[in-house]
Amino acid sequence: MKQTASFISTYSADVFGVCSALFELGGMVIMHDASGCNSTYSTHDEPRWYDMESMVYISGLSEMEAIMGDDEKLISDVVRDAKMLNPNFIAVAGTPIPAMTGFDFEAAASVIEARTGIPSFGFATAGMETYIKGAGMALEAVVRRFAKRDIKRTERLSCNILGLTPLDFSINGEDKSVAERLRSSGFEPNVPLAMGCRFEELQRLGAAHVNLVVSAAGIPAARALESIFGTPYVLGLPAAGEYSKRLISRLRSAANSGASHEKQTLLGQDACKTRGGIAVIGEGVRSLALAEAIKLDTGKDACVVCAAEDNAPYLRRCDICAPDEDDIIEAISSADTVIADPLFKPIVPAEKRFIPLPHEAFSGRIFRKDIPDLVKDLGAVIKLL
Amino acid sequence: MLKRVGASTIECGASFFREGAAVAIGEASFPAPFISGLEYSSPARGTWNIVHTGMLIPEAHEIFVCAAGCLRGVVLTAAEMNAEERFSTVAVRERDLLEGDMEQLIVEGVSDIIGKLTARGKRPPAVLVYTSCVHHFSGCDIEAAYAALKERFPDIDFTDCYMNPIMRKSGLTPDQLMRSRLYSLIKPRELNKDAVAIIGNDLPTDEDSELVALIKASHKRLHEITSCQTYEEYQNMGEASLYISYYPAAKAGGDELSRRLGGRHVYLPFSLDYDEIEAELDTLCGLISAEPPNHAAKREECKKALAEALKVVGNTPIAVDYTAVPRPLGLCRLLLDAGFNVKRVYADSFSGEEKKDFELLKRSHPELTVCAAVHAKMRFTEDVGEHYLAIGQKAAYFLNTDNFVNIVEGGGMFGYQAIIKLCTLIKEARLNTKPMRELVQIKGLGCGCCV
Repeated sequence: MKQTASFISTYSADVFGVCSALFELGGMVIMHDASGCNSTYSTHDEPRWYDMESMVYISGLSEMEAIMGDDEKLISDVVRDAKMLNPNFIAVAGTPIPAMTGFDFEAAASVIEARTGIPSFGFATAGMETYIKGAGMALEAVVRRFAKRDIKRTERLSCNILGLTPLDFSINGEDKSVAERLRSSGFEPNVPLAMGCRFEELQRLGAAHVNLVVSAAGIPAARALESIFGTPYVLGLPAAGEYSKRLISRLRSAANSGASHEKQTLLGQDACKTRGGIAVIGEGVRSLALAEAIKLDTGKDACVVCAAEDNAPYLRRCDICAPDEDDIIEAISSADTVIADPLFKPIVPAEKRFIPLPHEAFSGRIFRKDIPDLVKDLGAVIKLL
Repeated sequence: MLKRVGASTIECGASFFREGAAVAIGEASFPAPFISGLEYSSPARGTWNIVHTGMLIPEAHEIFVCAAGCLRGVVLTAAEMNAEERFSTVAVRERDLLEGDMEQLIVEGVSDIIGKLTARGKRPPAVLVYTSCVHHFSGCDIEAAYAALKERFPDIDFTDCYMNPIMRKSGLTPDQLMRSRLYSLIKPRELNKDAVAIIGNDLPTDEDSELVALIKASHKRLHEITSCQTYEEYQNMGEASLYISYYPAAKAGGDELSRRLGGRHVYLPFSLDYDEIEAELDTLCGLISAEPPNHAAKREECKKALAEALKVVGNTPIAVDYTAVPRPLGLCRLLLDAGFNVKRVYADSFSGEEKKDFELLKRSHPELTVCAAVHAKMRFTEDVGEHYLAIGQKAAYFLNTDNFVNIVEGGGMFGYQAIIKLCTLIKEARLNTKPMRELVQIKGLGCGCCV
């Protein structure tokens, strides 16, 4: 049955994606929620919580405030604390009950901005979709609001990295490895959105020649930058080996031509003909990069089972979006090898080979120490095949 | 200490926190010393949540029916305690709210899961179905859903559990509700006048506490959910004719159990006040026909333990938090009266049971600082300028000290034994450090963790 998960975990939710995407930018982010969201986010979805000061809070919504439509309580609490803490911006994101009561996030953000003079956003998340949607909304919003419009391209060939959050990249240094790979390939990393990114850097987003989208959460921001600045974008993860060479080549080609490549996978639609070989379960962009790298390095077919989205138009014909447990079981039924987060293992039949690839957005902190830096160590995963 | 926050820097000294997030008890209001506003969540996670508590029912399976955002925390709680095989979810999506098929989603979702568990040879004897805020707000007929499930699976016991934090200020709190539902599956049976049940606590009551020692000395059969290994053992609790609760959130559950099964419920609140302990133990002894302890000797033993601890701790500043014991002000008063240098207590509000301690401390130690735990300012690290000994994980985190007493919810202590054991723990905490950062981030202290 759709919507049931008898044996597996669940992906981080949209509201946590908002928080994760904005965490390092010096803003105040408020989850409009009764209780629980903040502990869930800070415990399972935010590995930077202990070490990096930020301003992520919940509103503490009560039954009476929700029933009576007391939006002023939230607004006045935010205004009071924002004046005290002076954030770079304010973001209010939603959870199930505000979604049910029809809380107007944009209107609330307008009022907050008018009272504080601080740029404010309202994100109508409902806590019912995955982190990709929330992080995508948040990154797109800051791009549209803070990227300086009258800006020249950098003199050196440069590239933004879009879609960086610990939910996909953990805190094992993979975000820095992406920048390093670009640098060593002749690109100047411009803005890493949004890990290791200072608020002031957002202004320079329009100066890059090309954008590299390293997770699905970066796609809305890439589209926004293309629409505002005409910056082309390419999806992929510059891991080692032949795959990385081809990706870098495509990135360079996009920078020269100005043409984006969202729907053109690196190896083309027919590179994978069957689901009978290797199945990679996970977030779409990273899983596709891994699947294509496997094909190039080993010649084996690897298909993507995108469990984190129900629609990923950038995938190939052989790939599938399977957000529900039953769909995933069906999608991997003919595979002989499954690469996935360890918390998927209970639904992988014992006769199949299971290669664990922990993913913070699925298993949180449980396997954090085992999450590989795929950019540096892709070979370590491939050699297990 | 200067902290960069957003576009500016903030001086995180005492004055920063004094404005809204800290107040001398002499000037504090009861029961809420602080204005409610945006809330911060510290990384100290040792207290139990509704997943941990529900897992106390042996062999039971938990099914949460909620939005993905709400499921995230509970499914990973189960996974971290290595109990994912006893946990499943049904995700509520937007279309369910719009189409009004919430009852059907519960019934069909739970049925689907039971079918799959059965296919794997893991059909549970009992299922705890947790609904959430959205069911409450959408007017979902939860009773109809349970009736349908009971009809469909007559061999399985179902109970209604709740993850509806939006109701935390209306009626029973989610914690009280959970502790009540924990015993709702026990079936009526003939009461045994020689059987007693301690109910409502997450942690096993210490064997050397007067509560357990006196019950056992009176040759009564003692039941406690924390020691049940099988569902049958859990059902055997139904023979108890006397239910004793001592954790505040357990009281409502005890009353409910008494109404339903017919035994007598007595609430003997966790206390560190000598007179109250004496009265409670006398009450207990009257109920179980036991010989009361020698109170004078016990008091002397406690005072001796406190004096010995004070020798070790000296003038070290001490902070207490509300997660360590049910009555943090009672602990502060005990220690202050014994000469300890208690300077802070972390609590966002106080229970009605603490009114007496609050008033006494207001007069005797008005300088004791009450610090908030969830106030927005608590996100920032305070430069306190001295090294604290903390009692409780939150105090340890906020004061960044590895010298701390690592207990939650009273730690299973009761009676004079609680005072004596606390003294031992305080001495150990002063003499030895613990890896605070690692320890406080483990959820549900004492119930196992794979992280």
